[in-house]
Amino acid sequence: MEIARHWRLQRHRYSLVGEVCNHCGVKIFPARDVCPECNAPAKTPYTFSGKGEVYSYSTVHHPPEGFEHFAPYVVALVRLVEGPLVAAQLTDVEGEKIEIGMPVEMVTRKLRDDGSKGTIVYGYKFRPVIAGGAAVVAKDAAV
Amino acid sequence: MCVPRPLPTCYSLGLGRDKLEASHLKIMKPNRDVGIVGYGAYVPRYRLRGTEISRMWEGEQGCTPPIKEKAVPGLDEDVATMSLEAARNALKRTAIDPSRIRAVWVGSESHPYAVKPTSTIVAEAIGAVPHTLAADWQFACKAGTEAMQAALGFVGSGMADYALALGMDTAQGRPRDALEYTAGAGGAAFLVGPAEESVAVLEGSTSYVTDTADFWRRQHEHYPAHAGRFTGEPGYFRHVIAAASEIMAALGRKPADYAHVIFHQPNTKFPRKAGRELGFKSEQLEAGLLVNDIGNTYAGAAMIGLTGVLDVAEPGERVLMVSFGSGAGSDAFDLRVTDAITARRACALSTRDYVVRRHEIDYATYARHRGKIRME
Ligand SMILES: [Zn+2]
Repeated sequence: MEIARHWRLQRHRYSLVGEVCNHCGVKIFPARDVCPECNAPAKTPYTFSGKGEVYSYSTVHHPPEGFEHFAPYVVALVRLVEGPLVAAQLTDVEGEKIEIGMPVEMVTRKLRDDGSKGTIVYGYKFRPVIAGGAAVVAKDAAV
Repeated sequence: MCVPRPLPTCYSLGLGRDKLEASHLKIMKPNRDVGIVGYGAYVPRYRLRGTEISRMWEGEQGCTPPIKEKAVPGLDEDVATMSLEAARNALKRTAIDPSRIRAVWVGSESHPYAVKPTSTIVAEAIGAVPHTLAADWQFACKAGTEAMQAALGFVGSGMADYALALGMDTAQGRPRDALEYTAGAGGAAFLVGPAEESVAVLEGSTSYVTDTADFWRRQHEHYPAHAGRFTGEPGYFRHVIAAASEIMAALGRKPADYAHVIFHQPNTKFPRKAGRELGFKSEQLEAGLLVNDIGNTYAGAAMIGLTGVLDVAEPGERVLMVSFGSGAGSDAFDLRVTDAITARRACALSTRDYVVRRHEIDYATYARHRGKIRME
């Protein structure tokens, strides 16, 4: 059933945990236990950095059941810096100009919210990278 | 024959016990020195200006709002996702393996589930499971600082090397209620650990708690209720001022000893007034006073103020943080910033980075974000 499926997937969904091939070093996401490059068994967990860029994207205006609450929303293929291509929603993008090649970072957000009675499913999405280094309030600025 | 025994007078309940002198007060400080090893903040991206709320309810000639604007969570955010980002920021400022965290404690009054902990979601996502305690704390706006005190004690006792305490809220105000102007979203995470690894060491902590019904929400109610002006004097000021005065008296400090002070901030007026009454200068409040830009973040309010202070504090400086939770009580913390702060704070986004990231929304979008429009 649904809850069991979500529970099995939650580790990789919450934090982008995939695998690394010990034979050729390829990083794998989602986990599939076999290296797509060299066919060697690959079962070593690997946590991705969450950094990547938009490879392609599209806006969903007619969402499937369970996602109506979030529409319209943007889905994208994100090329992770470690290599794999991941399909995910973009979030925090209202008013942003989305472009191919735009740097994004992984965040964990609500994927589905089955109303007031069901469970909430959390998982990875990507947002534009937050610029760091905002000028902090200097200690003597307030004087 | 049965002769009733007189009750020993030493067990008489309560009488005179609230008159304890500050000098008798046992300051809370574990035998093992502990402190904050990592800290992280989170504020969602959306902002609703106070003038937009007054335009909605009072027209263009509306009153002057109590704060400039408040942070509003995105449609896909809640206390679990927000806690997780703050926790990840706290972990980025340390090099520890998350599996060594022995407790993940989330203080909030807006947990996504009535039954099912927020803390297990956070613990699972950061990799602290399965050998960890996980629990959600409740005490209105001081749920997070209470979790912090417990984490400091837990590590101080030696039962744990590291414990994670969070205060996070997506506060709701009833449409048109005075609280709608200030009920914001955000909070902070603190990884508590040994003093040797800390960016701020605990010098002492105290709590001041009474049964005072100034603000409450019953089980199935969507919005909280409050006692209007009653929340001020017997609620906020009585507890904040008592906790702050007591910790300073017990540690032999005066306001000038602190470089920074953070008070719970339901608006800009209350913390400024408490500061003045206690003898602090407005500059001492500046770095930790964020309410004008993000709103009242309830269980997150004092704690995110502390992250703002740690972003700018110099080694050796003393910091006083005093929370307030309705119901009612205050927790006070006396902290000393260490040399480790200089290198560590650059390892994650600063609180300011989140404050300046803003996307303004109108009242209609806000109503949708906060579930005030019901489709069925
Ligand atoms: Zn391979």
